[in-house]
Amino acid sequence: MTEGSQRFKGVLLILAILALWEAVGLLGWVNAKVLPPPHAVAIKWWEYLAPQQPYDPDSGSRLAWLLSGELIQDAMGSLYRVLAGFIVGTLLALPMGLLMGASRQVYQLCNPLLQILRPIPPIAYIPLSILWFGLGNPPAIFLIAIGAFFPVLMNTIAGVRAVDGIFLRAARNLGASRSTIFLRVILPASTPYILTGMRIGIGTAFIVVIVAEMIAVNNGLGFRILEAREYFWSDKIIAGMLTIGLIGLAIDQAMSLLNNHLLRWHRGLEH
Amino acid sequence: MDSSIVISGVNKTFPTPHGVVVALQDINLEIRTGEFVCLLGPSGCGKSTLLNAVAGFSLPSQGLIKVNGQAVTQPGPDRGMVFQEYALFPWMTVAQNVGFGLEIKKLPKADIRSRVDALLKLLKLSEFAERFPRDLSGGMRQRVAIARILALDSPILLMDEPFGALDALTRRSLQDELLRIWSELGKTVLFVTHSIEESIFLADRIVVMTYRPGTIKQDIRVTLPRPRDSASPEFNGLKRELSELVSSEQARHEDAERRALTTD
Ligand SMILES: Nc1ncnc2c1ncn2[C@@H]1O[C@H](COP(=O)(O)OP(=O)(O)OP(=O)(O)O)[C@@H](O)[C@H]1O
Ligand SMILES: [Mg+2]
Repeated sequence: MTEGSQRFKGVLLILAILALWEAVGLLGWVNAKVLPPPHAVAIKWWEYLAPQQPYDPDSGSRLAWLLSGELIQDAMGSLYRVLAGFIVGTLLALPMGLLMGASRQVYQLCNPLLQILRPIPPIAYIPLSILWFGLGNPPAIFLIAIGAFFPVLMNTIAGVRAVDGIFLRAARNLGASRSTIFLRVILPASTPYILTGMRIGIGTAFIVVIVAEMIAVNNGLGFRILEAREYFWSDKIIAGMLTIGLIGLAIDQAMSLLNNHLLRWHRGLEH
Repeated sequence: MDSSIVISGVNKTFPTPHGVVVALQDINLEIRTGEFVCLLGPSGCGKSTLLNAVAGFSLPSQGLIKVNGQAVTQPGPDRGMVFQEYALFPWMTVAQNVGFGLEIKKLPKADIRSRVDALLKLLKLSEFAERFPRDLSGGMRQRVAIARILALDSPILLMDEPFGALDALTRRSLQDELLRIWSELGKTVLFVTHSIEESIFLADRIVVMTYRPGTIKQDIRVTLPRPRDSASPEFNGLKRELSELVSSEQARHEDAERRALTTD
């Protein structure tokens, strides 16, 4: 089948599930409090998205007003934490991974410690993070950074170790210094691994942010879902969950674009 | 300028799980500055191993290699190597690959540009300057690898089957080009090939190697005037002589491989 018709079928499946879901509600098979029908979710979603106050030119620009809806504020709060935590985690993991991949001594020195720390899920750091950083953004960013750190680190190490020795030989034959070899050969050669690590890392960051928001802060998508549960607003819970799904998809698409650009030289890349 | 290669008493062994492989045994070879020497021998006889040792990538287990009177201990741009596997950097475009050695030498950008352009033109790669290696055919990659080494302008060229993946026509024109560069710039060339014809066409001397252990079987001086005519009786006489030498080694090689298969 062509790609277009395949994609059409994918959309069709989603529509079919929505129709079934609506039908289940209409027929009264499930309680709307437990599983609200899609149209109710859509209405709630719109309420959640739209600005809460009518536009008032005195209080700011029209754009600021458009973005003043609760959903957008929550999404921006979550995204800010994801990006901040991801950047901190990546900036720590990348140099360390390059060093551990390139030097056997550093690897042997750090590896036992890492192997102990790595299996601890970021969630397990929640009590400590609140003890250390209090409430608000700092503990959330700390947890997200931990979540992003390990995938980036492990993949960077693997990437450096997988660099084909023939490239190092060729570079040395051309008279390249150690620093040139590092920057112009080892770094680009391990980019496919590093990017894979970053993609996994941002996925983890996204999972962690939702959990962190349920505990440490009072806005963001994670917080809002938990808040909605207190009031039995299942429609708002579902609207929040679907928003998380859509933002996750958007982030992954952006990563994939970056991937395709940085790896345009790479063999076996699907365009 | 002196760019001689002196190889004396070189042995190279590789420990493997199935025992020690003697890749090179008691190799003695002296190559004068400006000489063109071909290494000829069956697959696995140690040609790449010898080239790697001269290049300084993997030093001999025993013996000494001197280049320009000095013992080889590490690789350097004075010995430009064309690898059997091309070894192009896949993340660099063709032009960047060819210019990389000049970048390392910190030449001005404009100089690099013009030198790279000239080399790409010489090797008929101009249209592919901005392509990545993955877009090129095997023969084109091989030409890029050759351009990259010519850009270095090293006094010694170590070439490991550089024309192996080329079609006959391209191969022939690059052979001519290499001979022109060699005689104009007075380079010392150590050239590995499987092709008897190619070795007679190019070399001042042909060194025939044996298979396991890799030793030098014969060192034949080629005195035919250049350009050499592959239809001449002298050319064909030499070809017959070399065929006999090589085919007996080839037979031992095949034997050994068959034995390895049946014992596995
Ligand atoms: N790193 C290594 N470890 C173990 N054995 C090796 C190693 N490198 C080479 N050998 C062995 O040494 C012998 C010589 O290998 P080499 O690559 O030099 O052969 P060659 O003459 O270049 O062959 P070809 O014409 O196929 O390129 C072979 O038998 C090979 O199996
Ligand atoms: Mg070889």
